[in-house]
Amino acid sequence: MIEIVEVLLPLFVGAPLLMGGILFVVPRHHLLQPILGMGSLLAVLGGAITLLVVTSSGSVVAHQIALWPEGIAIAFVADAFSALILTAGSLVAVISFQYMMASGESRSPSIPALVLILVGGVAGALLTADLFNLFVFIEVMLLPSYGLLIFLSRRADMAASRLYVVVNLLASTLFLAGVGLIYALNGTVNLAALAGAGDDPWTAIATAVCLAAIAVKAAVFPVHGWLTRAYSSASPAVAALFSGLHTKVAVYVVYRISAVIFEGDSTWMAAILVVASITLAVGAFAALGERDIRPLLLFQMVSGIGFILVGVALFTPLGLTAGIVYMVHHMVVMGSLLLTASAIEHTYGSGRLDRVAGLRSREPLVTGAFVIGALSLAGLPPFSGFVAKYALVLASADAGVVVVAGLLVAVSLFVLMAMMKIWAAMFNGKRHHDVELVAAKERIRTRKGLYDTDPLDQDEVAEEAAHAIEHIEAPRGIIGAEGDPHDHRGTRVRVSLILPALILGSLSVGLGLGGEFLVHLAEQASSGLIDTSDYVRAVMGR
Amino acid sequence: MSLALSIGLLAAAGVFLVLQRGMIRIILGFVLLTHAVNLLIIAAGGVARRDAPFIGGDTSMAADPLPQAFVLTAIVIAFAITVVLATLAVVGRGDDDTEAEPSHEASDDGENVKDKTGGLT
Repeated sequence: MIEIVEVLLPLFVGAPLLMGGILFVVPRHHLLQPILGMGSLLAVLGGAITLLVVTSSGSVVAHQIALWPEGIAIAFVADAFSALILTAGSLVAVISFQYMMASGESRSPSIPALVLILVGGVAGALLTADLFNLFVFIEVMLLPSYGLLIFLSRRADMAASRLYVVVNLLASTLFLAGVGLIYALNGTVNLAALAGAGDDPWTAIATAVCLAAIAVKAAVFPVHGWLTRAYSSASPAVAALFSGLHTKVAVYVVYRISAVIFEGDSTWMAAILVVASITLAVGAFAALGERDIRPLLLFQMVSGIGFILVGVALFTPLGLTAGIVYMVHHMVVMGSLLLTASAIEHTYGSGRLDRVAGLRSREPLVTGAFVIGALSLAGLPPFSGFVAKYALVLASADAGVVVVAGLLVAVSLFVLMAMMKIWAAMFNGKRHHDVELVAAKERIRTRKGLYDTDPLDQDEVAEEAAHAIEHIEAPRGIIGAEGDPHDHRGTRVRVSLILPALILGSLSVGLGLGGEFLVHLAEQASSGLIDTSDYVRAVMGR
Repeated sequence: MSLALSIGLLAAAGVFLVLQRGMIRIILGFVLLTHAVNLLIIAAGGVARRDAPFIGGDTSMAADPLPQAFVLTAIVIAFAITVVLATLAVVGRGDDDTEAEPSHEASDDGENVKDKTGGLT
C-alpha cells in the first residue's frame, strides 16, 4: 500500500495541472467543464484522504522524482501534517467550487481550469521537500490566483488586483533571495539536508529572510494590510477559496521551516510568539472598525493567522497540536463564513452592514449558517472553535506564557463582538426600503456581466424588483404586512447558494463534537514536527 | 566585488521603482529586482570556477550547474509574471496605479446620493 502511494505522490501535482490544461481547450459552456473540474477536485480530495489514512500511523511517504538517488533528487514527501492540511485544503476547494457552480461563476471563461491549477500548486507546495521547488510551486499557485482575482472581479478599478500581484511578487522575490543565500551558505536547498542548520547564525539569518517573505504571504502583522484590501474586492467565493489555501500554505511553510531548520530553537520561536500575539490582537481589533461584512470577516482571518502561529511559537507537543487543530478549524470556519457572506452579497447586491438588514426573520438557512460559523469562530462549544481555542489556551498556560493565554481569551471576546456587530446590523433590524431595488440591480448585473459602475436602465430595475416582490416572495399573512409594500418576508437566497456554507458549518459541529478524532490526527502531525528524523530519513534515505 | 556592487545597485533601483505610483514604473522595478536576485543566486554558486563540466573530464574547475538551473527557472517565471503585470497595466479603466479611486459606490446612479457624504468604504 505504502509503495503504491509513494509512486503516485507526484500525481497530486501532475493530475490537476494536466486536467487544468485540458479544461483550457474545452469550450466554455461545455458540460465537461463543471464535470471534469469537480471530478478532479473530488479525486484530489479522495487522494488526500487516502494519504492521511496511510500517514496517520506515523509513517512518512516520499518519492524521489525521476528515481535520482536520495539527496540529489527533488523529493515529494508527505507526513501526517502535510496530509492533514492537504485534505482540509482540497475540501475547502471542493466546497468553494460547488459554490461557484451554484452562483454561475464557474461558467466564466477558464475558471475551472484556474481552480485546478491553483490546487495543483498548493499540493506541490505542501508536498515538496526542496526550498527552490517551494518557490516554484508558490508561483504556480499564485499565477492562476491572479487570473481568478481579475476574471471574477466586477469592480471596474483594478487597483486591488494590482496591489495583490505587486505585494505577492515582492514577497516571492524576497523568498527567492533567501533561498539563494541559503544555497550560498550550505550548498543545498533540500529541506531535509538542512535539518538543524539553524544552529549556524548565518544560516538562521538567511532562513529568516525566507520566513519574512512567507510572513507577507501569510498576512502577519505588520505586513497584513494587503489581504483585506485585495480579498474584499475579489469575488466572495474566490476569497473563501484563497482563505483556505493561500495563507494556510504560508503558515504551513512557517511550521515546517521552524521545525526542520530551526528545530524549535527557543530564541527564534520567542520572536514568532511576539509577532503572532500582535497579529491576533490587531486583526480582532481592526475588524471592529469595518462597515462591510467582508473586510470584517477578513480581519478575523488575519487574527486567526496569529492564533495558528502561537501554536508553532510555543513549540511544545501540546502547542503544536493545538496550532494544527486551530489551522484545520480556521480553514473550515472561515470558508463557511465567507461563503455565507457570498450568498448574502450575491443575492442582496451589497455586503454593507447598513444596506442589508432583517435577514433573521427572512432567511432561516443563512441565519443558521452564520450562527454556527460565528459561534465557532468565537470559540463556543460544541463547535470546533471551542476545541481549538481550549487546547491553545491550555498549551500557552502549560508552556508558562500566561500573558498569551490571557490574550487569547480576551481577543476571543472581541471576535465575538465583531460577530455580534454583523448580527445586529444584518440579521436583526427592519428591512430597508430600497433592498429590493439593490437586489434587483445585482441580479441584472450578474445576468449581463456588467461592472459595478456601469449604468443600469431604471425601468428595467423597477420591473425586476416588482416581479420579484410579486412572484418570488410568498405572502405569509404576517400581521402588519398588509398595505405595506416594503414588508414582504419571503426567502431570497437559493438553497444551492447557502448549501456549501452549511456543509462546512456542519463539519465544524462534527469536528467540535468529535474533537478527539481531529486532536488525535494533530498529535500525530505534531510528533512528526518535534522529531524530524523520520522526515529526514524518508527524504535522504538515511 | 563588482558582482556584489551590481546586485546592490540593481536592488536599490528596483526597490525605488517599485515604491513609485505608476504601474509601468513598478514593472520596470520588478525587472531590476529579479535581475538582482538572479545575480545573487549565480554568486551563491561561486563565480571563480567557470569551466564546462563534461569536456575534458576534469571537473575541479567546473562551474556549479545548480544555480544556473535555478536562475533559468526564475527567469522564466519572472517573464511570465512580467506579462501578467503588463496586462494589468493596460486593462481596467484608465487608472494605471495601485491606489483605489476615492469613491466607487457613489458613481452608481442618482438614487444613493447619501453615499457621497457618509458611505466611503
